[in-house]
Amino acid sequence: MDSAPVGSDMAAVSQATITAEIAQAACAYAAGGAAEPRTRLDYPSYRSSVLRHPTKDLHHADPEMLELSAPVFGERDVAPVEADLTIQHGGDPIGERIVVAGRVTDGEGRPVPRQLVEIWQANAAGRYIHQRDQHPAPIDPNFTGVGRALTDEEGNYRFLTIKPGPYPWRNHQNAWRPAHIHFSLFGTDFTQRLITQMYFRGDPLFELDPIFNSTVDPKVRELMVADYDHNLTQPEFATGYRWDIVLTGHVRTPFEEEQ
Amino acid sequence: MIRTPTPGQTVGPFFGYALPFEADSQLVPVGHPDAIRLHGTVFDGHGDPVSDALLEVWQLDPDGAAVRQQGSLHRDGYTFTGWGRASTDATGHYAFTTLWPGAEPGKAAFFAITVFARGLLDRLLTRAYIPGDEAALAADPLLSSLPADRRSGLVATPDLEGFRFDVHLQGDRETVFLRYPGDG
Ligand SMILES: [Fe+2]
Repeated sequence: MDSAPVGSDMAAVSQATITAEIAQAACAYAAGGAAEPRTRLDYPSYRSSVLRHPTKDLHHADPEMLELSAPVFGERDVAPVEADLTIQHGGDPIGERIVVAGRVTDGEGRPVPRQLVEIWQANAAGRYIHQRDQHPAPIDPNFTGVGRALTDEEGNYRFLTIKPGPYPWRNHQNAWRPAHIHFSLFGTDFTQRLITQMYFRGDPLFELDPIFNSTVDPKVRELMVADYDHNLTQPEFATGYRWDIVLTGHVRTPFEEEQ
Repeated sequence: MIRTPTPGQTVGPFFGYALPFEADSQLVPVGHPDAIRLHGTVFDGHGDPVSDALLEVWQLDPDGAAVRQQGSLHRDGYTFTGWGRASTDATGHYAFTTLWPGAEPGKAAFFAITVFARGLLDRLLTRAYIPGDEAALAADPLLSSLPADRRSGLVATPDLEGFRFDVHLQGDRETVFLRYPGDG
Protein backbone atom coordinates (compact mmCIF):
# COMPACT_ATOMS: atom_id res chain seq x y z
CA MET A 1 0.00 0.00 0.00
CA ASP A 2 1.13 3.51 -0.64
CA SER A 3 1.34 4.95 2.85
CA ALA A 4 1.54 8.60 1.90
CA PRO A 5 0.30 10.92 4.61
CA VAL A 6 -3.11 11.34 3.04
CA GLY A 7 -5.59 13.50 4.88
CA SER A 8 -9.18 12.40 5.27
CA ASP A 9 -10.19 14.75 2.46
CA MET A 10 -7.78 13.06 0.07
CA ALA A 11 -8.66 9.58 1.20
CA ALA A 12 -12.25 10.44 0.38
CA VAL A 13 -11.47 11.19 -3.25
CA SER A 14 -13.42 8.74 -5.34
CA GLN A 15 -12.31 6.63 -8.25
CA ALA A 16 -14.75 8.64 -10.38
CA THR A 17 -12.84 11.83 -9.55
CA ILE A 18 -9.49 10.22 -10.36
CA THR A 19 -10.86 8.71 -13.57
CA ALA A 20 -12.17 12.15 -14.59
CA GLU A 21 -8.77 13.71 -13.87
CA ILE A 22 -7.06 11.04 -15.97
CA ALA A 23 -9.51 11.61 -18.84
CA GLN A 24 -9.04 15.36 -18.62
CA ALA A 25 -5.24 15.06 -18.76
CA ALA A 26 -5.56 12.69 -21.74
CA CYS A 27 -7.87 15.12 -23.56
CA ALA A 28 -5.58 18.06 -22.92
CA TYR A 29 -2.63 16.05 -24.18
CA ALA A 30 -4.43 14.91 -27.33
CA ALA A 31 -5.34 18.52 -28.09
CA GLY A 32 -1.99 19.94 -27.06
CA GLY A 33 0.27 19.18 -30.00
CA ALA A 34 3.71 18.68 -28.45
CA ALA A 35 4.59 15.00 -28.10
CA GLU A 36 5.50 13.77 -24.62
CA PRO A 37 7.39 10.53 -25.00
CA ARG A 38 8.44 10.47 -21.38
CA THR A 39 6.40 9.83 -18.27
CA ARG A 40 5.08 13.04 -16.74
CA LEU A 41 6.72 13.85 -13.41
CA ASP A 42 3.95 16.28 -12.47
CA TYR A 43 0.84 14.10 -12.44
CA PRO A 44 -1.23 15.08 -9.40
CA SER A 45 -3.69 12.20 -9.71
CA TYR A 46 -0.83 10.18 -8.21
CA ARG A 47 -1.12 12.08 -4.94
CA SER A 48 2.35 11.21 -3.65
CA SER A 49 3.92 12.92 -6.65
CA VAL A 50 2.63 16.38 -5.72
CA LEU A 51 5.60 17.31 -3.51
CA ARG A 52 8.07 14.99 -5.17
CA HIS A 53 8.40 16.30 -8.72
CA PRO A 54 10.77 19.03 -9.87
CA THR A 55 8.96 22.16 -11.02
CA LYS A 56 11.81 23.40 -13.21
CA ASP A 57 12.52 21.87 -16.61
CA LEU A 58 15.19 19.21 -16.75
CA HIS A 59 18.42 20.98 -17.66
CA HIS A 60 20.25 19.99 -20.83
CA ALA A 61 23.63 18.34 -20.29
CA ASP A 62 26.05 16.84 -22.76
CA PRO A 63 27.28 13.57 -21.32
CA GLU A 64 30.86 13.39 -20.09
CA MET A 65 32.97 10.26 -20.45
CA LEU A 66 31.67 8.92 -17.15
CA GLU A 67 28.06 9.13 -18.32
CA LEU A 68 28.88 7.42 -21.62
CA SER A 69 29.77 4.31 -19.67
CA ALA A 70 27.77 2.19 -17.26
CA PRO A 71 28.47 -0.19 -14.41
CA VAL A 72 29.49 -3.68 -15.46
CA PHE A 73 27.71 -6.74 -14.09
CA GLY A 74 28.56 -10.35 -14.74
CA GLU A 75 28.62 -13.90 -13.48
CA ARG A 76 30.10 -12.72 -10.22
CA ASP A 77 26.96 -10.65 -9.65
CA VAL A 78 24.14 -12.84 -10.90
CA ALA A 79 23.68 -16.61 -10.94
CA PRO A 80 21.45 -18.04 -13.69
CA VAL A 81 19.16 -19.57 -11.05
CA GLU A 82 18.15 -16.09 -9.87
CA ALA A 83 15.97 -15.72 -12.99
CA ASP A 84 13.66 -18.44 -11.68
CA LEU A 85 11.38 -16.96 -9.01
CA THR A 86 9.51 -20.25 -8.59
CA ILE A 87 12.32 -22.26 -6.97
CA GLN A 88 13.48 -19.97 -4.20
CA HIS A 89 11.80 -21.93 -1.39
CA GLY A 90 10.95 -25.50 -0.44
CA GLY A 91 7.76 -25.77 -2.46
CA ASP A 92 5.95 -24.50 -5.52
CA PRO A 93 4.41 -21.03 -5.25
CA ILE A 94 0.67 -20.71 -5.78
CA GLY A 95 -0.57 -19.12 -8.98
CA GLU A 96 -0.21 -19.10 -12.73
CA ARG A 97 3.35 -19.96 -13.67
CA ILE A 98 4.55 -17.64 -16.45
CA VAL A 99 7.62 -17.07 -18.60
CA VAL A 100 8.43 -13.38 -19.10
CA ALA A 101 11.01 -12.87 -21.81
CA GLY A 102 12.14 -10.24 -24.26
CA ARG A 103 14.99 -8.24 -25.65
CA VAL A 104 16.69 -5.10 -24.38
CA THR A 105 17.87 -2.72 -27.10
CA ASP A 106 18.90 0.91 -27.23
CA GLY A 107 17.05 3.61 -29.16
CA GLU A 108 18.88 2.69 -32.33
CA GLY A 109 17.95 -0.95 -32.12
CA ARG A 110 21.29 -2.23 -30.92
CA PRO A 111 21.09 -5.01 -28.34
CA VAL A 112 22.23 -4.31 -24.79
CA PRO A 113 24.30 -7.43 -24.05
CA ARG A 114 25.39 -8.83 -20.69
CA GLN A 115 23.62 -6.23 -18.61
CA LEU A 116 21.67 -6.47 -15.37
CA VAL A 117 17.87 -6.81 -15.24
CA GLU A 118 16.22 -6.81 -11.79
CA ILE A 119 12.54 -7.50 -11.13
CA TRP A 120 10.22 -7.48 -8.13
CA GLN A 121 6.51 -8.12 -7.84
CA ALA A 122 3.51 -9.06 -5.72
CA ASN A 123 2.47 -12.70 -5.45
CA ALA A 124 -0.59 -14.23 -7.14
CA ALA A 125 -2.82 -12.74 -4.43
CA GLY A 126 -1.47 -9.22 -4.90
CA ARG A 127 0.71 -9.21 -1.77
CA TYR A 128 4.33 -8.10 -1.50
CA ILE A 129 6.81 -9.59 0.95
CA HIS A 130 7.40 -6.13 2.37
CA GLN A 131 6.63 -5.01 5.89
CA ARG A 132 4.87 -1.92 4.58
CA ASP A 133 2.40 -3.99 2.58
CA GLN A 134 -0.70 -4.19 4.78
CA HIS A 135 -3.00 -5.66 2.13
CA PRO A 136 -4.90 -8.48 3.87
CA ALA A 137 -4.14 -11.03 1.17
CA PRO A 138 -2.16 -14.18 1.91
CA ILE A 139 1.61 -14.26 1.88
CA ASP A 140 2.92 -17.22 -0.09
CA PRO A 141 5.73 -18.87 1.89
CA ASN A 142 7.10 -20.21 -1.39
CA PHE A 143 7.27 -16.89 -3.20
CA THR A 144 9.46 -13.87 -2.52
CA GLY A 145 8.95 -12.11 -5.85
CA VAL A 146 12.50 -10.90 -6.49
CA GLY A 147 14.62 -11.95 -9.47
CA ARG A 148 17.74 -10.97 -11.36
CA ALA A 149 19.10 -11.87 -14.78
CA LEU A 150 21.83 -10.87 -17.18
CA THR A 151 20.94 -10.27 -20.80
CA ASP A 152 22.68 -12.56 -23.26
CA GLU A 153 24.88 -11.46 -26.17
CA GLU A 154 21.78 -10.45 -28.18
CA GLY A 155 20.20 -8.54 -25.31
CA ASN A 156 17.67 -11.26 -24.45
CA TYR A 157 16.44 -11.87 -20.92
CA ARG A 158 14.08 -14.50 -19.52
CA PHE A 159 12.38 -14.97 -16.16
CA LEU A 160 10.19 -17.76 -14.83
CA THR A 161 7.73 -16.44 -12.25
CA ILE A 162 4.11 -16.34 -11.08
CA LYS A 163 1.57 -13.97 -12.57
CA PRO A 164 1.15 -11.16 -10.01
CA GLY A 165 -2.29 -10.16 -8.77
CA PRO A 166 -3.66 -6.61 -8.73
CA TYR A 167 -3.51 -4.91 -5.33
CA PRO A 168 -5.21 -2.05 -3.49
CA TRP A 169 -3.41 1.14 -2.45
CA ARG A 170 -4.38 4.29 -0.63
CA ASN A 171 -4.10 6.88 -3.38
CA HIS A 172 -7.87 7.34 -3.32
CA GLN A 173 -10.95 5.42 -2.32
CA ASN A 174 -11.07 1.88 -3.69
CA ALA A 175 -7.83 2.37 -5.62
CA TRP A 176 -6.32 -0.72 -7.27
CA ARG A 177 -3.10 -1.10 -9.23
CA PRO A 178 -3.25 -3.15 -12.43
CA ALA A 179 -1.12 -6.29 -12.17
CA HIS A 180 2.49 -5.43 -12.90
CA ILE A 181 6.10 -6.50 -12.52
CA HIS A 182 8.66 -3.84 -11.55
CA PHE A 183 11.71 -3.85 -13.84
CA SER A 184 15.08 -2.19 -13.26
CA LEU A 185 17.51 -1.92 -16.20
CA PHE A 186 20.95 -0.63 -17.01
CA GLY A 187 22.22 0.25 -20.46
CA THR A 188 25.62 0.77 -21.95
CA ASP A 189 25.49 4.42 -20.79
CA PHE A 190 24.74 5.75 -17.33
CA THR A 191 22.09 8.00 -18.90
CA GLN A 192 20.05 4.98 -20.02
CA ARG A 193 19.16 3.90 -16.48
CA LEU A 194 15.52 2.83 -16.34
CA ILE A 195 13.09 1.65 -13.68
CA THR A 196 9.62 0.91 -14.99
CA GLN A 197 6.67 -1.47 -14.67
CA MET A 198 5.53 -4.19 -17.05
CA TYR A 199 1.77 -4.63 -17.38
CA PHE A 200 -0.38 -7.35 -18.92
CA ARG A 201 -2.48 -6.81 -22.06
CA GLY A 202 -6.17 -6.25 -21.46
CA ASP A 203 -6.06 -5.37 -17.76
CA PRO A 204 -9.43 -3.76 -16.85
CA LEU A 205 -7.68 -1.49 -14.32
CA PHE A 206 -5.61 0.39 -16.91
CA GLU A 207 -7.94 3.35 -17.32
CA LEU A 208 -8.40 3.70 -13.56
CA ASP A 209 -4.72 3.85 -12.63
CA PRO A 210 -2.94 7.21 -12.28
CA ILE A 211 0.55 5.66 -12.33
CA PHE A 212 -0.01 3.84 -15.64
CA ASN A 213 -1.60 6.97 -17.11
CA SER A 214 1.18 9.30 -15.96
CA THR A 215 2.72 8.25 -19.24
CA VAL A 216 0.26 10.44 -21.09
CA ASP A 217 0.98 9.38 -24.67
CA PRO A 218 -1.17 6.33 -25.45
CA LYS A 219 1.35 4.88 -27.94
CA VAL A 220 4.18 5.24 -25.45
CA ARG A 221 2.03 3.72 -22.70
CA GLU A 222 1.58 0.66 -24.94
CA LEU A 223 5.33 0.06 -24.66
CA MET A 224 4.81 -1.01 -21.04
CA VAL A 225 2.27 -3.72 -21.91
CA ALA A 226 3.42 -7.31 -22.38
CA ASP A 227 1.69 -9.56 -24.89
CA TYR A 228 0.77 -13.17 -24.51
CA ASP A 229 3.12 -15.15 -26.76
CA HIS A 230 2.31 -18.77 -27.45
CA ASN A 231 5.85 -19.34 -28.69
CA LEU A 232 7.06 -18.71 -25.16
CA THR A 233 4.41 -20.94 -23.62
CA GLN A 234 5.77 -24.29 -22.45
CA PRO A 235 3.53 -27.35 -22.78
CA GLU A 236 2.09 -28.60 -19.49
CA PHE A 237 4.17 -26.02 -17.60
CA ALA A 238 3.86 -22.24 -18.08
CA THR A 239 2.23 -19.59 -20.24
CA GLY A 240 4.48 -17.05 -21.95
CA TYR A 241 4.55 -13.26 -22.14
CA ARG A 242 6.87 -11.24 -24.32
CA TRP A 243 8.06 -7.80 -23.35
CA ASP A 244 10.80 -5.98 -25.25
CA ILE A 245 12.47 -2.99 -23.66
CA VAL A 246 13.98 -0.01 -25.46
CA LEU A 247 16.43 2.17 -23.58
CA THR A 248 17.06 5.78 -24.52
CA GLY A 249 19.17 6.56 -27.57
CA HIS A 250 22.73 5.66 -26.87
CA VAL A 251 24.85 8.71 -27.72
CA ARG A 252 27.56 7.77 -30.20
CA THR A 253 31.06 8.81 -29.29
CA PRO A 254 33.50 9.96 -32.00
CA PHE A 255 35.46 6.77 -31.36
CA GLU A 256 32.49 4.62 -32.30
CA GLU A 257 31.75 6.70 -35.39
CA GLU A 258 35.21 5.88 -36.70
CA GLN A 259 34.73 2.14 -36.38
CA MET B 1 15.89 4.21 -37.06
CA ILE B 2 15.20 5.75 -33.68
CA ARG B 3 12.83 3.78 -31.50
CA THR B 4 10.73 5.33 -28.77
CA PRO B 5 12.21 4.36 -25.43
CA THR B 6 10.17 2.38 -22.94
CA PRO B 7 8.93 4.99 -20.45
CA GLY B 8 9.87 4.97 -16.79
CA GLN B 9 7.48 4.41 -13.89
CA THR B 10 7.83 5.08 -10.20
CA VAL B 11 9.96 2.70 -8.15
CA GLY B 12 6.94 2.60 -5.82
CA PRO B 13 6.91 1.85 -2.10
CA PHE B 14 8.02 -1.79 -2.17
CA PHE B 15 11.53 -1.75 -3.64
CA GLY B 16 13.01 -2.04 -0.15
CA TYR B 17 12.98 -5.83 -0.08
CA ALA B 18 14.19 -6.18 -3.66
CA LEU B 19 16.80 -3.64 -4.71
CA PRO B 20 19.04 -3.18 -1.63
CA PHE B 21 21.79 -5.76 -1.14
CA GLU B 22 24.58 -6.32 1.35
CA ALA B 23 27.21 -3.55 1.25
CA ASP B 24 25.28 -1.91 -1.60
CA SER B 25 26.40 1.58 -0.55
CA GLN B 26 29.96 0.56 0.34
CA LEU B 27 31.99 0.88 -2.86
CA VAL B 28 34.91 0.34 -0.51
CA PRO B 29 34.72 -1.02 3.04
CA VAL B 30 34.22 1.61 5.74
CA GLY B 31 37.68 0.88 7.16
CA HIS B 32 39.49 1.38 3.84
CA PRO B 33 42.41 3.82 4.37
CA ASP B 34 41.27 6.04 1.47
CA ALA B 35 37.55 5.77 2.17
CA ILE B 36 35.48 8.93 1.95
CA ARG B 37 31.80 9.39 2.60
CA LEU B 38 29.34 10.90 0.15
CA HIS B 39 26.14 11.54 2.03
CA GLY B 40 23.15 13.83 2.28
CA THR B 41 19.42 14.10 2.74
CA VAL B 42 16.63 13.93 0.18
CA PHE B 43 13.91 16.57 0.70
CA ASP B 44 10.45 17.02 -0.82
CA GLY B 45 8.77 20.29 -1.77
CA HIS B 46 7.79 20.98 1.84
CA GLY B 47 11.36 20.52 3.00
CA ASP B 48 10.40 17.25 4.64
CA PRO B 49 12.86 14.36 4.38
CA VAL B 50 12.02 11.58 1.93
CA SER B 51 12.44 8.30 3.76
CA ASP B 52 11.65 6.04 0.82
CA ALA B 53 14.12 7.19 -1.82
CA LEU B 54 16.89 5.19 -3.44
CA LEU B 55 20.07 6.75 -4.83
CA GLU B 56 22.71 5.28 -7.08
CA VAL B 57 26.19 6.63 -7.64
CA TRP B 58 28.51 6.05 -10.61
CA GLN B 59 32.02 7.48 -10.72
CA LEU B 60 35.49 7.32 -12.22
CA ASP B 61 38.27 5.72 -10.21
CA PRO B 62 40.76 7.95 -8.30
CA ASP B 63 43.00 8.10 -11.40
CA GLY B 64 40.18 9.43 -13.55
CA ALA B 65 39.68 6.20 -15.47
CA ALA B 66 36.36 4.56 -16.29
CA VAL B 67 35.76 1.45 -14.18
CA ARG B 68 35.00 -1.80 -15.99
CA GLN B 69 34.75 -4.22 -13.07
CA GLN B 70 31.91 -6.57 -12.25
CA GLY B 71 31.16 -7.56 -8.67
CA SER B 72 29.05 -4.70 -7.32
CA LEU B 73 26.31 -7.09 -6.15
CA HIS B 74 28.72 -9.35 -4.26
CA ARG B 75 31.51 -7.10 -3.08
CA ASP B 76 34.80 -8.83 -2.34
CA GLY B 77 36.25 -5.93 -0.36
CA TYR B 78 39.03 -5.31 -2.90
CA THR B 79 37.50 -4.70 -6.31
CA PHE B 80 36.42 -1.13 -6.95
CA THR B 81 33.39 -1.22 -9.27
CA GLY B 82 32.60 2.51 -9.30
CA TRP B 83 28.90 1.92 -8.67
CA GLY B 84 26.75 1.74 -5.56
CA ARG B 85 23.19 1.98 -4.31
CA ALA B 86 21.88 3.54 -1.08
CA SER B 87 18.40 3.74 0.43
CA THR B 88 17.41 6.74 2.50
CA ASP B 89 16.68 6.03 6.17
CA ALA B 90 13.81 7.27 8.35
CA THR B 91 15.39 10.75 8.35
CA GLY B 92 15.80 10.88 4.56
CA HIS B 93 19.53 10.41 4.87
CA TYR B 94 21.69 8.35 2.51
CA ALA B 95 25.41 7.61 2.64
CA PHE B 96 27.98 6.00 0.35
CA THR B 97 31.47 4.91 1.36
CA THR B 98 33.72 5.29 -1.64
CA LEU B 99 36.98 6.63 -3.07
CA TRP B 100 37.72 10.17 -4.16
CA PRO B 101 36.55 10.32 -7.79
CA GLY B 102 39.15 11.29 -10.36
CA ALA B 103 38.46 13.25 -13.53
CA GLU B 104 39.66 13.41 -17.09
CA PRO B 105 42.66 15.76 -17.42
CA GLY B 106 41.56 19.39 -16.99
CA LYS B 107 37.96 18.43 -16.28
CA ALA B 108 35.88 18.79 -13.15
CA ALA B 109 35.39 15.66 -11.06
CA PHE B 110 31.83 14.64 -10.19
CA PHE B 111 29.67 11.78 -9.02
CA ALA B 112 26.86 10.86 -11.43
CA ILE B 113 23.74 10.31 -9.33
CA THR B 114 20.38 8.68 -10.04
CA VAL B 115 17.41 9.36 -7.77
CA PHE B 116 14.36 7.13 -7.36
CA ALA B 117 11.54 7.48 -4.82
CA ARG B 118 7.99 6.55 -4.07
CA GLY B 119 5.97 9.44 -5.49
CA LEU B 120 8.64 10.21 -8.08
CA LEU B 121 7.21 9.02 -11.39
CA ASP B 122 10.49 8.62 -13.26
CA ARG B 123 14.12 8.56 -12.23
CA LEU B 124 16.07 11.79 -12.02
CA LEU B 125 19.73 12.18 -12.96
CA THR B 126 22.09 14.76 -11.56
CA ARG B 127 25.76 15.39 -10.74
CA ALA B 128 27.52 16.07 -7.45
CA TYR B 129 30.69 17.99 -8.31
CA ILE B 130 33.81 17.84 -6.17
CA PRO B 131 34.73 21.32 -4.88
CA GLY B 132 38.28 22.69 -4.89
CA ASP B 133 39.51 22.75 -8.48
CA GLU B 134 38.10 26.20 -9.28
CA ALA B 135 39.57 26.33 -12.80
CA ALA B 136 38.01 23.01 -13.77
CA LEU B 137 34.66 23.93 -12.20
CA ALA B 138 34.64 27.30 -13.99
CA ALA B 139 35.36 25.59 -17.31
CA ASP B 140 32.68 22.94 -16.87
CA PRO B 141 30.04 23.22 -19.64
CA LEU B 142 27.12 22.24 -17.41
CA LEU B 143 28.02 24.44 -14.44
CA SER B 144 28.73 27.43 -16.64
CA SER B 145 25.34 27.04 -18.32
CA LEU B 146 23.59 27.59 -14.97
CA PRO B 147 22.82 30.74 -13.00
CA ALA B 148 24.95 31.02 -9.84
CA ASP B 149 22.16 30.15 -7.43
CA ARG B 150 21.38 26.88 -9.19
CA ARG B 151 25.02 26.03 -9.83
CA SER B 152 25.91 25.95 -6.14
CA GLY B 153 23.41 23.15 -5.50
CA LEU B 154 25.41 20.82 -7.76
CA VAL B 155 28.68 21.27 -5.89
CA ALA B 156 29.10 18.98 -2.90
CA THR B 157 30.08 20.48 0.45
CA PRO B 158 33.27 19.15 2.05
CA ASP B 159 32.97 17.82 5.58
CA LEU B 160 35.13 15.78 7.94
CA GLU B 161 34.66 12.43 6.23
CA GLY B 162 34.13 13.51 2.65
CA PHE B 163 31.27 15.36 1.02
CA ARG B 164 27.68 16.29 1.73
CA PHE B 165 25.22 16.48 -1.16
CA ASP B 166 21.55 17.12 -0.42
CA VAL B 167 18.86 16.46 -3.00
CA HIS B 168 15.84 18.78 -3.15
CA LEU B 169 13.16 17.24 -5.35
CA GLN B 170 11.19 20.49 -5.42
CA GLY B 171 11.16 24.03 -4.04
CA ASP B 172 13.40 27.08 -3.75
CA ARG B 173 16.52 24.97 -3.54
CA GLU B 174 15.40 22.46 -6.15
CA THR B 175 18.33 20.38 -7.39
CA VAL B 176 19.25 20.74 -11.05
CA PHE B 177 18.15 17.52 -12.72
CA LEU B 178 19.48 16.63 -16.14
CA ARG B 179 18.27 15.70 -19.58
CA TYR B 180 20.71 14.27 -22.10
CA PRO B 181 20.62 14.14 -25.91
CA GLY B 182 18.72 11.03 -26.96
CA ASP B 183 16.52 11.04 -23.87
CA GLY B 184 13.43 11.29 -26.05
FE1 LIG C 1 4.00 -2.60 -7.38
